[in-house]
Amino acid sequence: MERFRDEVGADGAVCVRGGGTRWTLGMSPYVEADEGPEVRVVTAPQGIQKHDPAEMTVMVGAGTALTDLAAALSLHGQEVALEGPPGSTVGGTLAVGHSSVRRPRIGAARDTLLQAECVGADGALFKAGGPTVKNVTGYDLCRLLVGSLGTLALLGRVILRTRPVPEQTIWMTGGLLPSDVLAACYRPAGVLWDGTSTFVRLEGYSSDVRDEAQSLALLGLSGVDGPPSLPMHRDRWRGTLPAGGVLEVSTGVLHRPDPAPAAPVAPAVRALADRVRAGFDPRGRLNPGRDPYLVTA
Amino acid sequence: MGQNGRMAAETDRGTDLLVADLEAAIGSERVAVGGGARRLYSRDSSIIAGGRAGPVCFAESTDDVAACVRVATAHGRAFVARGAGTGLSGGAVPCNEPVVIVTTRMNRILEVDLDRRLAWVEPWVVNLDLTRHLAGSGLHFAPDPSSQQACTIGGNVANNSGGPHCLAYGVTSAHVVALEVVLPDGSVVVLGDELCDATGYDLRGVFVGSEGTFGIATRIAVRLTPDPPAVRTLLLDFMDIADAAETVSAIIAAGVVPAAMEMMDQGVVAAVEPFVGAGYPLDAAAVLIVELDGLPAGVSLEVDLVAEMGRAHGARTVRVAADEEERARIWKGRKNAFGAIAHIKPGYYLHDTVVPRTRLAEVVAEINEAVERLDLIVMHVFHAGDGNLHPLLVFDPREPGVMDRVAAAGEEIVRISLAAGGVLSGEHGIGLEKRRFMPMLFTPADLAAQLRLRRAFDTQGLANPLKILPTSASCGDVMGLGTVPEGVWT
Repeated sequence: MERFRDEVGADGAVCVRGGGTRWTLGMSPYVEADEGPEVRVVTAPQGIQKHDPAEMTVMVGAGTALTDLAAALSLHGQEVALEGPPGSTVGGTLAVGHSSVRRPRIGAARDTLLQAECVGADGALFKAGGPTVKNVTGYDLCRLLVGSLGTLALLGRVILRTRPVPEQTIWMTGGLLPSDVLAACYRPAGVLWDGTSTFVRLEGYSSDVRDEAQSLALLGLSGVDGPPSLPMHRDRWRGTLPAGGVLEVSTGVLHRPDPAPAAPVAPAVRALADRVRAGFDPRGRLNPGRDPYLVTA
Repeated sequence: MGQNGRMAAETDRGTDLLVADLEAAIGSERVAVGGGARRLYSRDSSIIAGGRAGPVCFAESTDDVAACVRVATAHGRAFVARGAGTGLSGGAVPCNEPVVIVTTRMNRILEVDLDRRLAWVEPWVVNLDLTRHLAGSGLHFAPDPSSQQACTIGGNVANNSGGPHCLAYGVTSAHVVALEVVLPDGSVVVLGDELCDATGYDLRGVFVGSEGTFGIATRIAVRLTPDPPAVRTLLLDFMDIADAAETVSAIIAAGVVPAAMEMMDQGVVAAVEPFVGAGYPLDAAAVLIVELDGLPAGVSLEVDLVAEMGRAHGARTVRVAADEEERARIWKGRKNAFGAIAHIKPGYYLHDTVVPRTRLAEVVAEINEAVERLDLIVMHVFHAGDGNLHPLLVFDPREPGVMDRVAAAGEEIVRISLAAGGVLSGEHGIGLEKRRFMPMLFTPADLAAQLRLRRAFDTQGLANPLKILPTSASCGDVMGLGTVPEGVWT
């Protein structure tokens, strides 16, 4: 952590790079056009420090690849509720804050972060949250950091909540409407809709998955290898499904082939967000040019 | 009420002007400045006495709340929201004679959308009333603090409340999707999004648990949870609390996350059993309630696994509730534990810390030793599954000097929990009770980060001042005498 702190330093614009899988997300056009200020690129520490299966927690460097973390956790039958494109890191995935399509079952990305050791804009280390799975001690800064695109502080080392890997997982699809699928299952892990077919992910004990799969088969659904491939842009559901779009039914996230602009933000909310950012980074040195309010969903 | 208030001797000129503006804003009949109202709202369910309420306003709408906040801050006066007052850390105790904004009349369930599994409620909707309202729909509101018959959803938001079933379902924050909030500058904003994660910073997420220091929630959108198709409840008893604690860790390590996992020690069992007749064995050192829910086949697998884990770790008996009536009786003992304890001594002080669950047994033993050294009685009833301890100090406040020992015991509990890698609070919040302990867990840099966030929400420092973060200023009396009404504990 000290090395990371020194690398970030107390002066000059700095951005942190993880896997670079969503590098232009929330980026102002001027930065994409390479017209921004000179920005130093730093990387967060890597490595799994401590996995404690009976606590259902893991302490890990933010620069660790998600695949490395998943491999280590799977040795004890556990996982974290973080997912990203190949190459994604823990820190990058938290900074982006997107949840898995399995969110209805495994929870949101933002509920995964229990403690974060960060470098602030003043170049000093600080800690948000705490090491235990339940904690209301002080303000919930971890919630603020997830999805903040590194604009408030840079994640160095984190403690994440882990969960048991389900014994079995299957996908099914069919022409049934999503609402009918939801009514027929108890807490499916994810329900997707592409306008013609509904895809449902069942996970849990083999016996439970088998029982629910049987009821869904009676309604005309059949097994399928996986979900439809998700188009690259994200949006929130606005009442109609665009061509090529896939909706996450329970979470309202719409995956679409073409980008859509972010919804306008109420001025009072924007003013509050600006005060938050200015409070944490008065000189605007952390990930300049990036704005979480430019992210559509 | 306003007229009576004007006769109160203690109102000064500045307060008169404040009261006049409040009356002009929401009507004189809804502003109380009399000693009765101010005394009533000077306390919550914590042991903290000594708060002083300013004018008490009975808000009926978001506009009323916003108007009261604007008037208060225009006069440079602090404000504090008041729900049911069941908080245990002094979060609602008025500091700096604030305008007290009572939300009792904002108690409507505004909208229930069963298809989208969502409800909009006003802040004073009582937690259990929402679930009762949903009876028969197949959905419920998951956070279930033990005070759920009395506490409000607005208060749950302020404290990010938990409860036994938060082990599997998550605390309040995981169930609040959006909030309409009156910010400390009087503006009204919606934080979060009822459909999916809102764009930008998770301001919803930081508002939940901010204990009234970021503004006042006036409408709350909560996620509704499907009722599980199958529920089984087990009662295990142990002759050694360490065996019970090891069973808890073994269950989790085996990949089972029960809906709830609650432990009671012998002291609590002895107090509860005569009342409830839950069938808790009186000679056991600890009883463990494990609730499993989900689809029938998986639940039955888990029942066998938990029973096996219990026996392997020394459980003397493992009882599976045969029917709903037996299950309700097992839970009744747990949920009424605190009321029963009032019969041992007239006063008690309920603590709340979290420790790594693998260290529960040693922490409980250390706490018992430390409290015995102070010649006090301590017993334990807690959320074992997530390591959330609730040591309960039982005492007679009329005994001279006892409050000093109670305070010392509280400090010991905090010290021992932190030394084991724990935190100050799992669900009661910091309020006034624990703010002095914050530097034991956080460095000055950690606290500075929290203060930055607070100042972004509350630029003038008038929203429920002095709570959470340590300052040299004082409010209330942590040593104050206090007993807590039955049924308000979490």
